[in-house]
Amino acid sequence: MYSESIIKRFRNPKFAGEIKNADGVGEEGNIRCGDIMKVYIKVKNNKITDAKFKTFGCAAAIAASDALCELSIGKTIEEALKITKSDIINLLGGDVPPIKHHCSILGVETLHKAIENYKTKS
Amino acid sequence: MRVYLDNAATTKVDDEVIKAMNPYFNKIYGNASSLHSFGNEAKNALENSRRIIAEKINADTSEIIFVASGTEADNLAILGTAFLKEKGHILTTKIEHPAVLETCKELEKRGFQVTYLDVDKEGFIKNFEDNLRKDTILVSVMHANNEIGTIQNIERIGKICREKNIVFHSDCVQSFTKESIDVKKMNLDLASFSSHKIHGPKGVAALYIRKGIKLKRIIYGGHHELNIRPGTENIPGIVGFAKASQLLNKNEIERTTKLRNKLIDGLLKIPDTKLNGSRERRLCNNVNVSFKYVEGESLLLYLDEKGIAVSTGSACSSQTLEPSHVLLAIGLPHEIAHGTIRFSLSKYTTEKEIDYTIKSVKEVVEKLRKISPIRR
Ligand SMILES: Cc1ncc(COP(=O)(O)O)c(C=O)c1O
Ligand code: FES
Repeated sequence: MYSESIIKRFRNPKFAGEIKNADGVGEEGNIRCGDIMKVYIKVKNNKITDAKFKTFGCAAAIAASDALCELSIGKTIEEALKITKSDIINLLGGDVPPIKHHCSILGVETLHKAIENYKTKS
Repeated sequence: MRVYLDNAATTKVDDEVIKAMNPYFNKIYGNASSLHSFGNEAKNALENSRRIIAEKINADTSEIIFVASGTEADNLAILGTAFLKEKGHILTTKIEHPAVLETCKELEKRGFQVTYLDVDKEGFIKNFEDNLRKDTILVSVMHANNEIGTIQNIERIGKICREKNIVFHSDCVQSFTKESIDVKKMNLDLASFSSHKIHGPKGVAALYIRKGIKLKRIIYGGHHELNIRPGTENIPGIVGFAKASQLLNKNEIERTTKLRNKLIDGLLKIPDTKLNGSRERRLCNNVNVSFKYVEGESLLLYLDEKGIAVSTGSACSSQTLEPSHVLLAIGLPHEIAHGTIRFSLSKYTTEKEIDYTIKSVKEVVEKLRKISPIRR
């Protein structure tokens, strides 16, 4: 069902874990599948310098969380808000089963929540 | 190490089965309906296989017909009864295999009424008698559940149906050879069996039809299989199915049960785990455990990396997002149902494999819990 590149990222996520004193934390869930994602970001001079995730979900959700963190790091808040589902899917190699597209959307939504949380804090 | 613990999905074909089947591909290859000696040889193999299956379940040879899958057997039993009676009420359960559930749903669309019985938290049906109606034409309750292994009291259900003159069907696909099945003692009118779950080839199955029970055919064609199920008989498959039905012995069942218990006990030592189904009335090869805070598909794929093949719910549901209907029916909350794995053993499962599985599951669950946002 999954491509090599999704499985590879799912097996060895680089950004799994949490950031202890994160500047922004966001949590979001998908009602249909019941999966939950949590994203932690560290922000310096309006730039995301670190990102980590915790995910209770399918392989596509874990891979998408990891890709999302990779995409976010080094981006300004404005740039990060422009990350789309397609960006994540592209980084995952493009070949994401249609039934698993919402896992990448969940990633985008969770990042937005984390950024919102950062904005209310700062 | 490669460990196959998905024997409820399908099994490896036994070497003896392959040996028994072999001559029927290119030596004895006639059509069992033909009048010449080639046909007679095939016919003999067919009838001998029918006798073997019949004896295994204490039926008469004339009460067995061969079909192409367990799914077809279930369809024929249910549709065949419904189409003959033309209207009425059907009583089944919430935990049936899709082969039964989807067939009943289709009948609802065609004007039949269907009640899907609730089950208790171990998976045993509830309020059976209360839900029988004057116009109930058919009861379909599976013998052993394919996900949680719970074995129903079929004899009692059958007795009530017989007294009330209601046709009683049971899907015995998972229990066949593992549990003793006596169609007379269990008061069965119709029962489904499938070859590929018992180390036989895929694409062969049987339906028991008690003498006197009538079905309307659902496939049209020639006069094969008691005039109920047309189509040239799959002789190699049928021979293999019959052979497979003879192979599982008492020692192997006992050994499998011991390994099953070892696996259950080993897995339950992991914190925040729960066994689903009944501990006592359980298939000898089924283990179904929920691991709190982790998601089943991730767990399955990490175990796959370690060479261990298991399943979440049933193989058929892996393409949908919804958790298993069986786990929801026994009352598991959504997120617990989502973190549930079925391990199904076979006579080929070894103690070493079970030890390796327990150790691997423990590692993987710990790893996934570390990245779980719902573990507080
Ligand atoms: C309980 C039950 N009934 C029916 C079936 C369908 O059998 P088959 O795969 O032969 O169509 C299965 C297996 O998939 C099953 O577990
Ligand atoms: S199935 Fe819902 S997040 Fe993947």
